[in-house]
Amino acid sequence: MSRNPATSGAPAYDIDAIRADFPILSRTMHDKPLAFLDSAASAQKPRQVIDAVRDVYEREYANVHRGLYQISEAVTARYEGTRETIRQFINAAHTHEIIFTRNGTESINLVAYGFGRHFLDEGDEVIITELEHHANIVPWQMLRDEKGIVLKVAPVSDDGELIMSAFEELLGPKTKLVAVAHMSNVLGTVLPVEEITRKAHAVGAKVLLDGCQSVTHIPVDVQALGCDFYVFSGHKLYGPSGIGVLYGREEVLNAMPPFMGGGDMISSVTFEKTTWAKLPHKFEAGTPAIAQAIGLGAAIDYVNGIGLDAIATHEADLLNYATQKLASIDGLRIIGTAPNKASVVSFMLDFAHPHDVATIIDRAGVAVRAGHHCAQPLMDRMDVPATVRASIGLYNDRSDIDALVAALGDVQELFG
Amino acid sequence: MSDELRELYQEVILEHGKNPRNFHASDAATKEARGNNPLCGDQLVVYLTLDDGGNVADASFLGKGCAISMASASMMTEILKGRSPNEAKSLFDTFHEMCTGEGEGIDLPEDVEKLRVLSGVREFPTRVKCATLPWHTMVAALNDEEEISTE
Ligand SMILES: Cc1ncc(COP(=O)(O)O)c(C=O)c1O
Repeated sequence: MSRNPATSGAPAYDIDAIRADFPILSRTMHDKPLAFLDSAASAQKPRQVIDAVRDVYEREYANVHRGLYQISEAVTARYEGTRETIRQFINAAHTHEIIFTRNGTESINLVAYGFGRHFLDEGDEVIITELEHHANIVPWQMLRDEKGIVLKVAPVSDDGELIMSAFEELLGPKTKLVAVAHMSNVLGTVLPVEEITRKAHAVGAKVLLDGCQSVTHIPVDVQALGCDFYVFSGHKLYGPSGIGVLYGREEVLNAMPPFMGGGDMISSVTFEKTTWAKLPHKFEAGTPAIAQAIGLGAAIDYVNGIGLDAIATHEADLLNYATQKLASIDGLRIIGTAPNKASVVSFMLDFAHPHDVATIIDRAGVAVRAGHHCAQPLMDRMDVPATVRASIGLYNDRSDIDALVAALGDVQELFG
Repeated sequence: MSDELRELYQEVILEHGKNPRNFHASDAATKEARGNNPLCGDQLVVYLTLDDGGNVADASFLGKGCAISMASASMMTEILKGRSPNEAKSLFDTFHEMCTGEGEGIDLPEDVEKLRVLSGVREFPTRVKCATLPWHTMVAALNDEEEISTE
């Protein structure tokens, strides 16, 4: 991961070659070149991923872990090989600490079910923050309603930064789990997750980091972070939808009961007694998303080929450019101005509602998201009904930002 | 800019969006309902006051939303006054048909002809709900439902 031109002297970020890898970027939307600025919702796929998925279906498809024939063995090896690719990507200690799920949401629910229901009792406390995605709020509310746990919410500042002192005040002997986003999908804020983890561990709490947004922008080392769980979705990482990841520390995963029962997750079954399979299969009941997992492996290979450091540098430059261009528009207010943020810029126009903005700029070929971004409590905290969100992926360049800014001119023309 | 956009965001809509009519709560209301569009977070409350004869004597609303939903709510409250609940509901059906495009070239009664400015949403499937949310909410109020959601 040292293709950062600033440090290694490797070739500069070849944005044209990268864009050429993404077939969809050459299409138009409403007869305009597509300016895709919605990667935080779901990212586009490079040809390498599309080819990997097609290759599985065309040459090597069978069920995994079952067949005693060549194709099944080959596809099983590729599927399990992806687990190793992911282990390296987030530097987990063991391959069996990587659990495949459908998406980040399912990963969090798995923890709420397997860890929360099993180890938390009435009065135990779970801490989240004000900037969480609904996926990291609702499972804990369901647990609260079922088990009587207490859900505490650490506040963020007007800039969208976690207020560390307030977070620390919430920590106590009853804190059993701290579940926070590594990076906000609305504000772009990157949270100090290493410090959060250290402080949570100091009171004996476990830590879940929601990495759905961060894994595409920030190199992650789960051992250095020290977290107990790390979750993300494949589809935001340039991989297929339908595949997600739960990393859990071996010791914690071993203590947890299975999530779902069925095939693949057992060691032996009689009507009297069933014994669970070992990790990771204990948590993977039924036929998995085989081609999707392999596609995710190809996506990670693709990202590694460019280098996350180089990607982060490219995106930071673009975020800077976007922030400056947007900030110079009269009546535009950026929501989320934390010093440490990545690849997402949310904003409001004082003369037009976010939905009207999205509709108008769609006609100029610009794809953004407008709404509450599955973070309604954060919208309330920032006192906005909705925002327009432009998010940057590894394939975006200044032309995308310029298209956005020009399209906002159309909004001004109609509403201004 | 495309013609469809200009068609959608006509002056009248922008003007109603900026200065919505009957934009207030009502203590005297005999019926009220809350409307939510969970997809985009639009919310509004519609207040109706029925007179002794059961007709709408007053209509107002409060809420936050895009220009389309604000304009639609604003024009709706203007149009409802003096109508019976049945008339109001059948107007909703006509309006809905117009917005979804099933009623291409639909005849609107002369006194509600001005609603036609909202027919531009037909070209914007994701925005039809914005135009119809106030109307769904109004019908919910008449049916004594407290809350409705569109999706
Ligand atoms: C921070 C965060 N957490 C969780 C999720 C849920 O991801 P998925 O819908 O892939 O399960 C998202 C996706 O929007 C997200 O941005």
